[in-house]
Amino acid sequence: MLSGADILIRSLQEENVDHVFGYPGGAVLHIYDALFKQNKIHHFLVRHEQAATHMADGYARATGRAGCVLVTSGPGATNAITGIATAYMDSIPMVVISGQVQSHLIGTDSFQETDMIGISRPIVKHSFMIKSATEIPLAVKKAFYIATSGRPGPVVIDIPKDITNPADLVPYEYPKDLKLRSYMPATKGHPGQIKKAVSMMMEAERPMIYAGGGVIQGNGCEQLDQLTRMLGFPITNTLMGLGAYPATDKQFLGMLGMHGTLEANNAMHHCDVLIAIGARFDDRITNTVSKFCPQAKIIHVDVDPASISKTVMADVPIVGPVESVLCEMIDMVRQVIGQRKEEKGKALAAWWEQIELWKSQNCLEVKADPAGSIIKPQQVIQTLYKLTHGDAVVTSDVGQHQMFAALYYPFDKPRKWINSGGLGTMGFGLPSAMGVQIAFPKEQVVCVTGEGSIQMNIQELSTCAQYGLPIKIINLNNRALGMVKQWQDMQYEGRHSHSYMESLPNFVALVEAYGHVGIQVASPGELDSAMEQALAIKDKLVFLDVLVDPEEHVYPMLVAPDGSMRDMWLSKGVRT
Amino acid sequence: MRRIISLLLENESGALSRVIGLFAQRGYNIETLAVAPTDDETLSRLTLTTVATDEQSEQITKQLNKLIEVIKLVDLTEGEYVERELMLIKIRVSGLDQAEIKRTTDIFRGQIVDISPTIYTVQLIGTSKKLDAFINAMAEFTVIEVVRSGVSGLSRGEKVLCV
Repeated sequence: MLSGADILIRSLQEENVDHVFGYPGGAVLHIYDALFKQNKIHHFLVRHEQAATHMADGYARATGRAGCVLVTSGPGATNAITGIATAYMDSIPMVVISGQVQSHLIGTDSFQETDMIGISRPIVKHSFMIKSATEIPLAVKKAFYIATSGRPGPVVIDIPKDITNPADLVPYEYPKDLKLRSYMPATKGHPGQIKKAVSMMMEAERPMIYAGGGVIQGNGCEQLDQLTRMLGFPITNTLMGLGAYPATDKQFLGMLGMHGTLEANNAMHHCDVLIAIGARFDDRITNTVSKFCPQAKIIHVDVDPASISKTVMADVPIVGPVESVLCEMIDMVRQVIGQRKEEKGKALAAWWEQIELWKSQNCLEVKADPAGSIIKPQQVIQTLYKLTHGDAVVTSDVGQHQMFAALYYPFDKPRKWINSGGLGTMGFGLPSAMGVQIAFPKEQVVCVTGEGSIQMNIQELSTCAQYGLPIKIINLNNRALGMVKQWQDMQYEGRHSHSYMESLPNFVALVEAYGHVGIQVASPGELDSAMEQALAIKDKLVFLDVLVDPEEHVYPMLVAPDGSMRDMWLSKGVRT
Repeated sequence: MRRIISLLLENESGALSRVIGLFAQRGYNIETLAVAPTDDETLSRLTLTTVATDEQSEQITKQLNKLIEVIKLVDLTEGEYVERELMLIKIRVSGLDQAEIKRTTDIFRGQIVDISPTIYTVQLIGTSKKLDAFINAMAEFTVIEVVRSGVSGLSRGEKVLCV
């Protein structure tokens, strides 16, 4: 016989949860007391619940396991919402346990009451309202299964306070098996469809592989690598998919989409067979949908049937887990690749020649300040790449710095690039880096951020101090909300409406007040040594405040509205 | 095109709100909605009508299928089906109108289920179009209240929606 609170903790232990991110409050005090009395689950106390969800999110992205969050009712729950939405948009497995007011007070507008199930409903994969302590084990089992299977996502479990009362004991047994008649994610792709896709690949003259975050989430990176090399096709990754295919490989054309490379976006536009794997044809990819890949037959592999033919019609839809579908494709390709017609091989070679021409335009070339007095933001990322040998786990916030990191730090491995792609949540970078550092204490974890984003969760510097998290924060400080300013420059005749950050804090003094190390650098000549110094401090958090060129824009950039993927701005005033 | 989508879902609290919420969230319309438990009390059967193109309808059914509590669903309008809706309609009557209303009700095979000196309450079951037609036929009288159950439906023949 156990209390509801103890049952919850035991159930989490059964699910091998060893880290929980949260913040206590009235409705979860029984749970926190149960947490206190055990030592298997380590709890990390944040300074704001939004950060708890981003920490769990970063943890999940880096490990592939579900992140777990514990928050109280009312404001605790509503503060968690942004982080839950972030995880939902990027299909990240997460289980959020929220306290609720006592059962008899529900619906009476009682203190710290909010309808968490209702508020979170559009941004969760599923949610559970617990009505008795005996329901907890099955709900937890279902929550972790649903969060981590199929297309992953966040699950909320809302528990009224009386249900966790230590005075009320009920029998406890953790369910061994689980079968949900209403939830059966695909376990295998349709063999006929896969065969059709493979014969389309064999007929392709200008093929293109477009792989997204689903390949990383679905642990299909090795298979993607193998298939891509067997076929000899060009490949691009989405912002969410960076690292799914080694970025330094010669078949890789860089990221695609709004800030994709010239070669990736052009190859998309001109291809005749598009192989989309674990990607969802987001509006930041396609540009004007009616002008998207005008000549291409489209093969689309995804575990979520609703992602297929949602915005762009697929000619060969394949519903199934990326890993198993790719394995079957590899087996089939191996049998038929030798019989690929000679003219198709020649066409592919010509296609590569065309791609090399695009590549030779070197769209990501960085022009250093001729006077040598201003640091270009791209140079900061290049320096970071050089000094970390491309081995760091990089998290980012949202804005120009995010795009610079995505474009100038080539990721060769999955789960090394962690950013909020779908929701675009400023304030994600620092707490997600904390989650990664907790999962992998020995890894070099770097948060690339900007002076706008970092201030959205800067209070977490205190959490970093409490747990001794030696994260390196690289602040691309351009004294402006850079991406907003870029759009205002390009579309609003340079009217910078509220995109400037006046009265910025002295970041160095601020981080030092939290007990960390702060370094500021403003001159290109000192960038290398300042960053070396920052990275050399292994046991402390270092905040490197880099004053960068405030006038810099992110290029390439797709032309909107009404542009296709081949319509790009390549630099200020220069377009394709 | 008008669609009749019929769902089997877990008879649990919150399941209905997820279905309704999905329509609001994704900008789809619900024209009618009918929901009740089935012979198996763990299951609810929900029937809704909406207007959607083929592509929209495909997205709607896929998104509905993604809801964890939705067990199965069918777009009845993709095949042969039977649809019924129930309507109760209150009409203000004067002496001369009574016979005419009674006659029209008989033609539509409806029943007068309640009368008071000035009001007839008519019950009518049929397709939505038939109910519309009856309302039109009552145009010359004073209709004071209409309540419709929303459409329910089943596929014709062997095709069934069950667990």
